[in-house]
This record gives sequence, C-alpha cells and structure tokens, in this order.
Amino acid sequence: MFELLGIPPQVLMGQLLLGLINGSFYAVLSLGLAVIFGLLNIINFSHGAQYMLGAFVSWMLLEYLGINYWWALLLVPLIVGASGIILEKLALRRLYHLDHLYGLLLTFGVALIIQGLFRNYYGISGLPYQIPSQLSGGQNLGFMFLPNYRGWVVVASVIVCFGTWFVIEKTRLGAYLRAATENPTLVGAFGINVPLMIMLTYGFGVALAGFAGVLAAPIYSVNPNMGADLIIVVFAVVVIGGMGSIMGAIVTGFGLGVIEGLTKVFYPAGSAVVIFVIMAIVLMIKPEGLFGRNN
Amino acid sequence: MKKTILGALTLASFGLPAMAQDAMEVTLGVLNDRSGVYADLSGEGSVVAARMAVADFGAADKNMTVEVISADHQNKPDIASNIARQWYDQDGVDAILDVPTSSTALAVADITAKANKLLIDSGAGSTSLTTDQCQPTTIHWTYDTAALAKGTGGAVTARGDKKWFFLTADYAFGHSLEGETMKIVGESGGEVVGSVRHPFPATDFSSFLLQAQASGADVIGLANAGGDTVNAIKQASEFGITQSGQSLAALLMFITDVHALGAETAQGLVLTEAFYWDHDDKTREWSARFEEEFGSKPTMVHAGVYSGTMHYLAGVEATGSTDGDVVAEWMKANEFDDPLFGKGYVRKDGRVIHDMHLYEVKTPEESTGEWDLYKLVSTIPGEEAFLPMEGSGCAFANEG
Amino acid sequence: MSVSDIQPGPNERRPATVGMPKLHMAIFAVLLIVLAVLPLLVYPVFAMKVMCFALFAAAFNLLLGFGGLLSFGHAAYFGGASYVAAHASKVWGWTPEASILVGTLAAALLGLLIGALAIRRQGIYFAMVTLAFAQMFYFFALQADFTGGEDGIQSVPRGSLFGIFPVDSNEALYYLVLAVTLGGILFLYRIVHSPFGQVLKAIRENEPRAISLGYRVNRYKLMVFVLSAAFAGLAGATKSQVFQLASLTDVHWSMSGEVVLMTLLGGVGTVFGPLLGATIVVTMQNYLASMGAWVTVIQGVIFVLGVLLFREGIVGVISKWIKRPL
Repeated sequence: MFELLGIPPQVLMGQLLLGLINGSFYAVLSLGLAVIFGLLNIINFSHGAQYMLGAFVSWMLLEYLGINYWWALLLVPLIVGASGIILEKLALRRLYHLDHLYGLLLTFGVALIIQGLFRNYYGISGLPYQIPSQLSGGQNLGFMFLPNYRGWVVVASVIVCFGTWFVIEKTRLGAYLRAATENPTLVGAFGINVPLMIMLTYGFGVALAGFAGVLAAPIYSVNPNMGADLIIVVFAVVVIGGMGSIMGAIVTGFGLGVIEGLTKVFYPAGSAVVIFVIMAIVLMIKPEGLFGRNN
Repeated sequence: MKKTILGALTLASFGLPAMAQDAMEVTLGVLNDRSGVYADLSGEGSVVAARMAVADFGAADKNMTVEVISADHQNKPDIASNIARQWYDQDGVDAILDVPTSSTALAVADITAKANKLLIDSGAGSTSLTTDQCQPTTIHWTYDTAALAKGTGGAVTARGDKKWFFLTADYAFGHSLEGETMKIVGESGGEVVGSVRHPFPATDFSSFLLQAQASGADVIGLANAGGDTVNAIKQASEFGITQSGQSLAALLMFITDVHALGAETAQGLVLTEAFYWDHDDKTREWSARFEEEFGSKPTMVHAGVYSGTMHYLAGVEATGSTDGDVVAEWMKANEFDDPLFGKGYVRKDGRVIHDMHLYEVKTPEESTGEWDLYKLVSTIPGEEAFLPMEGSGCAFANEG
Repeated sequence: MSVSDIQPGPNERRPATVGMPKLHMAIFAVLLIVLAVLPLLVYPVFAMKVMCFALFAAAFNLLLGFGGLLSFGHAAYFGGASYVAAHASKVWGWTPEASILVGTLAAALLGLLIGALAIRRQGIYFAMVTLAFAQMFYFFALQADFTGGEDGIQSVPRGSLFGIFPVDSNEALYYLVLAVTLGGILFLYRIVHSPFGQVLKAIRENEPRAISLGYRVNRYKLMVFVLSAAFAGLAGATKSQVFQLASLTDVHWSMSGEVVLMTLLGGVGTVFGPLLGATIVVTMQNYLASMGAWVTVIQGVIFVLGVLLFREGIVGVISKWIKRPL
C-alpha cells in the first residue's frame, strides 16, 4: 500500500481516529465556552477548573457513595452546573456592566481557588477511575485496536454537541436566549425573565464542562491540574472557531483534534504549538474566527 | 573601656572549655517535591526518613542537636536554588537531602558547592550529578539513569525482548534515560526499531502508543517518570498492547507508581529499584517502623534519605565539622553497611555504589497484600550497575 | 474598550509637563531611603526579588493602566530577556550591565515583533493574540538548546560591573539592582507624565476621537507595547543575574497571570500600585511557601475580591481617599 511521507496508511487512519477522540473533548469544552461567551459575553476562564471538578465529582460519587458512571453522566453535569449558577448569582452578575476583561479576571481567580483547594486535599497524582465494565475492551478495526470507551466518547460528544446546537439554533427556547443577549431590555419587556435565562445558560455551559470531566475520568487520570493546561488550548479552539459561534466551536473542536493528531505523527515536537500557530494566523486574517459573525 | 574588653575576653576564655562540651548543632534540610508529581515518592516521607535516621543515630547521646527542616521546591530549579541559597545564607543549614528532579538537583549542587556544604541527593536520576557536573560536595545516593538502563535495559534484552521502541518524555531527563538505555540495548545485542518523543508532561499517549504498536517492537521502553509513566501504562492496557504480546519496560518507576496503578494493570512490568520493603528481614523491620510513622511503605528514595543521613551524621561526629568538603572526604573514606542497602561505599566522584535489584510486578493472584507488589528477578552488583569513574567526565575525580 | 474605569482624580487634569508633584517626590525619596538600608534588615536576595518584580509590574502597568491594553503574554519578554542575559553572562562571559542591556534589547525586539501583529486587534482578541504568541515562545524555550529546556540556564556567573566592581556578594549586587529598578521606574514615570503619555491617555479613553484628531494611534500603541516589553525585559534580565538562573518558570503563562495579579492588587493605572502589589505578592509567596497550594488559593481569592470589590487596587483606594493621584 502507498505510504504518505513515510507513514503507512493504517497508522494514519489510526491517528485520525485518535485525533477525533481528542477532538471530542475539545468540542464539548469549547462548546461550553462558546455558549457562555456567545450568549453572555463572559469569558469563562474557570472552564478548565469546572471540567476538573466534573472529573473529581464523578470520582467522589463512586468512591464515597458508590454511584456508578452511568448515573454520574447525569448527576455530575447537574451538580457542576449548579455550582456555576451559584457563581453567576454571587459574583459574575455584578460585572456585566463592566468590560469583559473583569469577568475573565474573576473566573481566572475562581479557577485558582478551585485548583488550589483540590491540590491541597488530593495531591497531584491522579486518582484512578475504572472504565465502566459495559464499555471495557475494544474492537479490532484492522488498522488499529479501538477501545470501546473511546468510541463511546466520540458518540456521546456528538450527541451532546448536536443536541445543544439544535436547542440553541432551532428551538424557541434558543431563540429567546439569542434574543435576550442581543437586546435584554426588549426581551425583558416581553415578560421573559432575562436574568434567570442568563443564569441558567451559564449553568448549562458549566454543566457541559462537567460532562466533559465525566467522560475524561476513566481515561485521563483524575488530578487537580487536568484542566489547567487544557483550558489554554480550548480557548485557542474557541477563538479559531469564532467566539460566539456554536457550530464553529463544535466543528473547530473536532477539526483541531484531528489536526493535532496528524501533527503528532508527522512532527511530534510541534503538536503542542500547532493550535496556537493556527490561532495566531486566524486572528490575523479573520479575527472574528472561521465561523464567527462580525459583531 | 580596654579593661572591660580584656575582662570580658578573659571571662570568655574561661568559658571556652565549657563551650567545647556544648552540643554541636547540625541542621538538615529536606528539599523535595511536596505537592506535585513526585510528592508521593519523596515528599513528607523523606522528612520522616530523615527524622528516623536522626533518632536511630542517637544524636542526643552524642552531644549533637540535629534539627530537620523541609521545603517544597515544586520541581522548579529556580525555587530550589532560592531555597537552598536562603537555607545556607540565612538559616544555617549544613546539608540538603533528597532533591528529586534532575534540573533542581543540578541547581542545588551548584549552590551547595559554593557554600561548601553538602548535598546528599536521593531522589534525582541524572548521571550529570557525578559526571560532567560533579562537585566534591555532591553525593548521589540512591539510583541514576545509568543504573536503571543497565538493570532494566540489560535484563529485558537478555531475556529475549530484543526489539525496542522508546516512548520518551521530551526533556533533558527523558533524553538522557533514553540515551543510556539505547546504549545498553545495543551492547546487549538488542535493536532499537524506533522512538517517539512526547511533550512533558502529557496526558494522552494514545497516538504515541499507536506508533509503538505499529513498529513491531517486542518491548516498549518508557523513558519518562511519575504521572507520565502511570498514564502511559494505563493507556497501553486500554489499547490492548500488553494483551497483544508487546511488553512494557518502565525505565523509572517507584513502588508508589505501581501501587497507584494496581497489580491488575501493572502486572508483568519489569523495573529496577535500589530498595524494596519486602527484600529481607532488615528492610521489612525498618519499613514496618516507617509505615507506622508515615502510613505507607517507603520508596527507595525514602530509604536513600535514611541511609544518607546516617552516614552523614557519622561523618559529622567523626570529624567534628559540618564543612562540606571535610565531611564528604570522611564519607568517601569510610564504607557503610546498612540495613537498607547492604554494603556500599561512596566513590570519589560522589557516586554511592551499592547493589541494584531487578523486580517484576506480581499478578493480582500472586499479590497477597496492598503493597505486596514485586518479585525479585535478579540483583545487579554495585560495581556493574553504575558508570565507571574513569572517562566519565568528572574533572576533579579523574585528575587526583 | 479599556480596563481602567478608574475615575480621574481632581489633580489628574494638571498639565503633564509641570513636574513631579511633591507627594510623589516625597514617596520616592522615602522609598530610596528605605531601600538603601534594607539589606541590613532583610535577606538581600529576597529584597532584590521584590525589586525585579516591582519593575516587571510597573512595566506591565504601563501597557495596561496607561495604554489600556491587557497583554496575557508578558512572561515572554520577562523570561526571554532572562534567558538572553543569562546566556550572555555564562557563555559569552559578558559583564552584568552588558548582559542586562542585551537582555532588555532582546525583549524589546520580541515586543516589536509580537506587538506589531497583536495591535491589529482590540480588546479580548488582542489579549488572545498575546497569549498565543507567549505560548509559542514557551514551547520554543522548552525545546531550544540554548535555553536548557527543563534545566534552564544554571550557574550564571555574576561577574564584575563594568569589569571593575565585583558584584559577587549579595550586598554589592543589591545596589546595582536598586539603581536599575529605581531608574527603570522613574523612567516609566517620565514616559507616563509626558506628552506621549497624554496621547496614550487620549487613545485609551476615546480611540476614535484620537484618530479623528490626527494621531497615528497604532504607532502609539506599538510604541507603548515595545516600551512595556523592554522594561519587563529589563526586570527579567536583572533577575537572571540575581538568581544566577534562567528557567521555564519565567516564560510560563502562570507568570503572565502573576504580573496581572500584582498590578490589579496594587492598583491599575497608579504609579505606586504595581510596586506595592509586587511587594505583597512576592512576600506572600515567600512566607507562605510552606503552605503549599494554599498560596494558589489565596491568590485566587485576592483576584476575586479584587475584581468584585477593589477594582482600583490598594493604592487606588488610598488615592481616592486622599483625593490625590498616586
């Protein structure tokens, strides 16, 4: 069979698939960020810490309450989302009238607090979380062995992403939300409780981060630093996709995961930087992002 | 005025013989990672080990007051060098112990040499500490990358896994570990079929493991440490690598890593350590005492801190001094025979020579207890395990 | 779009060229006296660290408080200069002042390159571009040979000032660092309180108007960016001589976050705010080092409280209270 630049096609296909799996995490996380920024104009720097919170809460549910993975998929986003709502109500709400950058600094501070607390109580070595038995093992696809759980990650992410996009872009609830961010006073005048919507939307964005955390727990070790370096990459993804665009975040998330995967094959040393290089290029040429609208 | 001064001096001189009987004050500083990736293998455990050594040495009976302080260098050379500098300049520290993470160890070694104190490093792995960056005041106690390569690399190739693929952390330590092991593999008749460097630290090894699988190697050498190694092993298991016949060689692994992975995932792994709690009666006895103080079994790093401290205090007692070069000379001139490492000695370049052991991780069926994780495969005598001093690149050791 | 929503104090409308207000002169004089005798009271190396970070924060404040531009990647200039200065001292054997100078120039150059691209965008996009480039620089520093990767550049010799005055001892080096830091801060003060500074203020408060008045706004923004980068570099280069080490910590994004913390805590847009903020943060890190990750938590709490309650920072609050600009 032909080889592309010295890489046999089986390896290439395998890497593409792996890239897609990583891309799922980028997609779900950047979706959460895009929802929060696009609809609320808040730059949620604590997204990485909330993702980590999701993984930890799943671990805690299993360790202390014996609640398994499948229930965690449902409960953890609710719990983490609730924490987001509390944050919004107590702190973020007071910053809407100011420059976006204050929201960023606040959420950055919140991220430091959450990460610091967990590091104190749980140290930094990862805590183990078993892959649920229904998803263990894998399929031999010929060109690679695909662990079932990783396949599930892609499926779950696609469902959640598509579901979110559908709700926001195609339902009435989504329409209210989009209207509320464009013109809150007018929408409020129609009798819609705008502050409540904003609060719930922030909670939903954070819940998405928590959901990504549950997905990550079995395969990446559950440790307090898991969100810190990831958040910077996810920001880059969101900026490339277009900070307000839901579809942009999803497509760019999956796409960049694949590009990163390919870079790992052809030029591994560059795999950490490639997303930033793309971000810098996109910002120079089309600053509102690939799918963004010029506000 | 002069009379007063003379009077005072006379009085003081009467006091001098009394001063010679005053206790000698020694301060030991345990500088390691207390909150990061190496906190479990060093951290507070090393402080406990140092304290046990001070107690066992019987400092109080020998008219010495020994204090143990500690600090967290967070695996950063700048923080480590600042703490070391401050300890020597301000806080009267006489010797620094432990210091895992090679970049921090090298920084501390430099500052220690300038202050003429002593660094007894138990946690770091870089051979540079006793080769190109050796100092008369650096003593490298427990292990180094050459010994690990010799042990794991040599043994694994000799048992039949000839084709190696390396998964290496892309930083100085990873490169050096990879380099040493590749050399040994070549010398043992093996072949390196490929290698890939992963960012340090990394969470996702799937793509690198895939390349390893595709290479057709018999064994995948993990030239990384701590969380990277643990994650790589977990993911290798997930991708069915060990199940499909390739074996994994963890080039640097501690009992705490294996404990974190569990026998189920780690079974069959081959690794080299300088100490294991269950090795013989003496190690069992000491480890039981350690476990009572600390709550979990000791790692080889903890053991190294204990032994190093014992030998150091003996040197201070014998020479009556805490000057780095003086005590180092004594430590190198006198062999030791201790319950944890057996017989050993400190070589001129600061390298401590003792036996190293090759272990294999037990299967869950073989393992009878939470920490019952290793079975001994073979012992590598000290003289063979470490790099020879001649031609190693250590200037002061090779000239005299 | 700017972060400084601090109301101008009653004296802020004085023309910039009248000279330094007496209050400021008094404060600087007191600072000089305190700093001159400080080595007798505290560990000189600690004091030098505070000074280097005070300069770094002051440089950052130039860009944020006076230029109205939030850069998330200032560590690149700080750390980059640190590497270059360390390399010059260690490998080329240059004297400390020459190494510091070349480090500063390197930072200025880096600032020119990144700034030229970044200023084409505003607000959050500007911040993101600076972050992207800083990350690229971090990964470059991680991989490049000359930076020593994880090890950093160690055992940097301190040498002799101008080849004549040895600065090996902490005390001797202290006075060099004092001169550099105070000199840098006074120079920054001069920049702000000058016609250039006035134009910057105009741009920060109403950019379209400044453009309509004929100012080449982008040129001014680039200039302030390069100056900020250069002084951040001065701080970093000096620090490398003090600690005789240049490492990855200096270019990591958490270092960029720390300088934001120092400036925010002290007071964005004030003269003395960054100095106070740097002193507090460095002191806190030093004395609470044994508390491990609690330091991170405390920093987070300061960020949160700072943003919610004390947006003007400590010096900003004091300044409001005494009704004079600080």
